[in-house]
Amino acid sequence: MTRPENLQKRLQHIRATWAKHCNQVLYMSSQSSDFPTVGLNVSEGRSQLYWKTIRAFQYLHAHHLQHADWFLKADDDTFVVVENLRYLLSHHDTEEPVYFGHKFRPFVRQGYMSGGAGYVLSREALRRFVQGFSTGRCKNFSSVEDMALGKCMETMGVKAGDSRDPNKRETFNPFRPENHLIPPKNGKQTWGYSYYKTRQGPDCCADFAISFHYVKPADMYMLEYFAHHLRPFGYKYRFNTIQQNSTSELKPHYKYSR
Amino acid sequence: MMSEGSSFMKGMALGGLFCLVMTYFETFNPGTHSEGHLHLHHHLKPLSKEELQKLSEGQMSALTQQVGVYCLIMVTPKLLVHWATANDTWSKHCDKSVFYTSESSKALEAFDLQEQDEWARMRKAIKHAFENAGELRWFFLARPTTFAIIENLKYLVLDKDSSQPFYIGHTEKSGELDYVEYDSGIVLSYEAVRRLIEIFKDEDKCPERGNALWKMPEEKQLATCLKYSGVFAENGEDAQGKGLFNKKSVSSMISDSMGQNPADVVEACCPDMAITFGGMSPSQMQVLMYGVYRLRPYGHDFHDSLTFLPPKDSDND
Repeated sequence: MTRPENLQKRLQHIRATWAKHCNQVLYMSSQSSDFPTVGLNVSEGRSQLYWKTIRAFQYLHAHHLQHADWFLKADDDTFVVVENLRYLLSHHDTEEPVYFGHKFRPFVRQGYMSGGAGYVLSREALRRFVQGFSTGRCKNFSSVEDMALGKCMETMGVKAGDSRDPNKRETFNPFRPENHLIPPKNGKQTWGYSYYKTRQGPDCCADFAISFHYVKPADMYMLEYFAHHLRPFGYKYRFNTIQQNSTSELKPHYKYSR
Repeated sequence: MMSEGSSFMKGMALGGLFCLVMTYFETFNPGTHSEGHLHLHHHLKPLSKEELQKLSEGQMSALTQQVGVYCLIMVTPKLLVHWATANDTWSKHCDKSVFYTSESSKALEAFDLQEQDEWARMRKAIKHAFENAGELRWFFLARPTTFAIIENLKYLVLDKDSSQPFYIGHTEKSGELDYVEYDSGIVLSYEAVRRLIEIFKDEDKCPERGNALWKMPEEKQLATCLKYSGVFAENGEDAQGKGLFNKKSVSSMISDSMGQNPADVVEACCPDMAITFGGMSPSQMQVLMYGVYRLRPYGHDFHDSLTFLPPKDSDND
């Protein structure tokens, strides 16, 4: 999701980095352009944010419902590791009414997903969201897009899923990496709105993290470099999924231990 | 008799002064690369994946024995936060890491060299490291503002014989002197250090207090002493010629690349098997720790021929 003035400032850096890993990308804005962006017939601004989101999902539903299995909404300052999103979703069925993201607690009983950290809808969730508006069961009552969407999801019986990894670490992250990874100086943990008690410090974030928010353009490239290019030779990662552990010994190699 | 003597003395003084001035200008003149140079500007690269796979079991086993790294991290109380961060992050991946400080700090443990002069500190630290190396055959010298990926350092030196003199990093030229930049980390083989310690004894070639009249930075003092021992600086690069040792931070290099190569920022910027980044802030180092040792896409397995296990008692890698 973006706005006209951010095409060169932000969107082009997303297009050059993580968007390449998606099966399909659509850039949603108030105006269409040659970028290309889809014009959603709304005006810009925080008060219009929910409208923009509703229109974007209505557009997806009308034109792309069968073109993909899952539908991710991200902002133009969200960084996503799409492979890790696929890994999460591989454990779920897109015909189930469910959506995933970083779950926040207040205002919605089952919780709602942070808009900035990105959230992903199953096909059935997308159907029900659009249905919510066409039947009038969901109303555009708030400018707080993520909370309002969360309320509609709850109304329509779409489950707010748990996207944490097997070690209960969050995969969708609503802030920059440094804000999650560096423990608070005074030693006091705060977890703001988060539904699940999150830890600030190295244990905050999954190895197979899916997203970070408030990412500046240069940091899009930096995170792309970290996730997809930079690596320590021969390093045996501490965290591995069960499947990885069983298939890792494919050919003889040498273990170096101190 | 007296007038002749004083003329002679004046002549000596003038000649000596002239000589010193010429030496001064020679040292500080960026100069051009002269053709009749004694040695070539060496480029040192790691083994390719194909070469690695060709090695026999015996060869591989032998190589793994000799790739242990002793890290010397030169700190001062002024750099306390960087010191703590280096202690908490990358230095845990060294086989042995020792923090050498100019003066002790109540907050953190270190080997107190009780020495303010940077060159003298470096000499003392190197001597101490050599005496305490045990089985380790490679030495890595860095400031705590530098972040190092030790596994990639090991990959670079894997097939290099530590009983040969190696002096590796990001090389720069100062007049006739090729030296390794301190900010991007300095790698020395066992033999290089052994020769260095020998030449430390020579107060003419390698004075302890440096050149009394004008101070060379310690990275150049080191290069000079090593040069006298027949050890020359080599630039560490990957197969594409990208420098593995960097004195700039990751974000700095990315910014440069955005300006110079906007169509291909990441590819043009930094190598996959980078060894060092300098000028890192403590929080940048924490993020880099996560970026190197944890963040990755599910589904990739590199099948490297060698496995490096994570250090014990660590939670951020």
